[in-house]
Amino acid sequence: MAQTNELKNDTKKPSYKSLLIENIKYRTLLTKKFQEKKPFVRKDIKKVTAIIPGTILNLYVKKNNRVKEGDKLLVLEAMKMRNDLASPIDGIIKDIYVKDGSKVTKGELLLEFK
Amino acid sequence: MGLKQKTADLKKRMREAVKGGGSKAIEKQKAIGKKTARERILEILDHKSFHEYDMFVKHAGTDFDMDKKYLPGDGVVTGTGSISGHPVCIYAQDFTVAGGSLGWAHAKKITKIMDHALKLKIPLIGINDSGGARIQEGVNALAGYGEIFYRNTRASGVIPQISVILGPCAGGAVYSPALTDFVFVVDGVSKMFITGPEVIKTVLGEEITMEELGGARVHSEITGNAHFYADSEEQCFDQIKQLISFIPWNNEKKAEPFPKKPPKTRQYNIDDIMPADPRQPYDVRDVIKSISDDSEFLEISELYASNIIIGFSRIAGQTVGLVANQPMVLAGVLDVDSSSKAARFIRYCDAFNIPLVTLVDLPGYLPGIDQEHAGVIRHGAKLLYAYSEATVPKITVIMRKAYGGGYIAMCSHHLRADFVGAWPTAEIAVMGPEGAANIIFRNEIKNAENPDDTRKQKIKEYKDKFANPYVAAAYGYIDAVIEPKETRNFILHALEVSSLKVEINPTKKHGIPPF
Repeated sequence: MAQTNELKNDTKKPSYKSLLIENIKYRTLLTKKFQEKKPFVRKDIKKVTAIIPGTILNLYVKKNNRVKEGDKLLVLEAMKMRNDLASPIDGIIKDIYVKDGSKVTKGELLLEFK
Repeated sequence: MGLKQKTADLKKRMREAVKGGGSKAIEKQKAIGKKTARERILEILDHKSFHEYDMFVKHAGTDFDMDKKYLPGDGVVTGTGSISGHPVCIYAQDFTVAGGSLGWAHAKKITKIMDHALKLKIPLIGINDSGGARIQEGVNALAGYGEIFYRNTRASGVIPQISVILGPCAGGAVYSPALTDFVFVVDGVSKMFITGPEVIKTVLGEEITMEELGGARVHSEITGNAHFYADSEEQCFDQIKQLISFIPWNNEKKAEPFPKKPPKTRQYNIDDIMPADPRQPYDVRDVIKSISDDSEFLEISELYASNIIIGFSRIAGQTVGLVANQPMVLAGVLDVDSSSKAARFIRYCDAFNIPLVTLVDLPGYLPGIDQEHAGVIRHGAKLLYAYSEATVPKITVIMRKAYGGGYIAMCSHHLRADFVGAWPTAEIAVMGPEGAANIIFRNEIKNAENPDDTRKQKIKEYKDKFANPYVAAAYGYIDAVIEPKETRNFILHALEVSSLKVEINPTKKHGIPPF
């Protein structure tokens, strides 16, 4: 695994950091892209997120509703298409974070199961 | 009408045409720091070399009262000229005429000059400054773009194609630059995107400025779509002139040789650049300058994936394409971006008969979930493909580390480098000593009374035995171990003896590179 941590007492310009590759620590600069990379997040099946940016048109479920896998949860309109979002599991709705007309970005949390 | 009157009439017509969109529109263009289409062409080309064609072409729009409008030259200036004596075809979209929008006749002028370039086998320079498709001309505007893209693809690898983005270049229009070899951008002037900030705001509710979305800096640093970044149009034009001096007119020619010049060794002394400790950084561009004529190096994609360096220099007057790991950035690792960046450049050099010089010093591939998920397998493979496919002279110098897959990928003998030299400081091994010792001596270390001491001792043993160029040299995987100060001579001689190299790849329609 690559690890980075600032070298202490290094006042020289440019400001080298250290990068660990195969147990060897290299002194080097880091790119903006490298520093801004997002950490990996494992997908949580109990969290339903927007697959595409768009607008919520219909909500078919309410908080505490019991739903079966494949039941319609909501309609997400995006790129002039109405996408039915179906429940990925059997379960009870813990909370809903959007309402009719909500604009959502890709990956935004829409609702959660208990 | 006699000749005199007819000449006067011609001059009047020409005066009308070169007015472009008129003084008001020109003022507006200037107010935001932009030059006009003709100014740009005249500044790029040699003095008095520009010859304009299709000045009197009329636009083809008939709907929405367009037939009543006069659009000088239909918003694009086309012609031929020269840059330091090298002939080129050139076109520049004129934003002052209907926002440089692309209609059928506008596209026809561009495709005509493109056809010329391909037929005459000379470079094509396209200056983009356009609001996009001329909506009033409907599907004919789309047809125009399609015809341009098709020609860009046909001309790819036959003639050099240069795109200069000096204004907006949005929607489908961006695909012409994307299909060309080199894209030039200017800070604050260039804007490229498929869907603009307004659409993004309407659809997603996200606010972003044009500059943040697709400005010069973004395309130079984040996307890699642009290869040359300049602070001003003047600087951009100088970069174009410099590039043209390094490349041949077409794929059947070699780049024009220049008079030989020695490197500026007082400034760039190869013996002083590199720290002996393989974990310490240095700027590999100093090594490049220490072996290049007059220490001149034209770097390409400087801001993008700066852990690998690519660009042109000359050795004994001959253009070479340089690919070098940059230990100063991310320790010089290969990753998704650096592999793609180098692979594309290698294919460019191969297409245009430019010998490749590869300088190696890398710890391997960048580990990480983001890298694996971003497809480092496919993107990393591009580098292997590009080097293996290339038939131009290939010369490799291993300076320090060449571990694992990185050793193979950086133009090793196995990918048919013609000459591989290694400095005495080279470490060619299956992996770094620390990693290797930990695996090979795992049990000994684990069972030792003092594991840390044993580990250190085993690492030292491994280093002494394998962290050198002589194991690889014993198998003939490197041709010569050379002193650093011999590097230029080594490359120069290799270039001389391979000047007649002809290698033919198996007959095929085309390969299937890991795009």
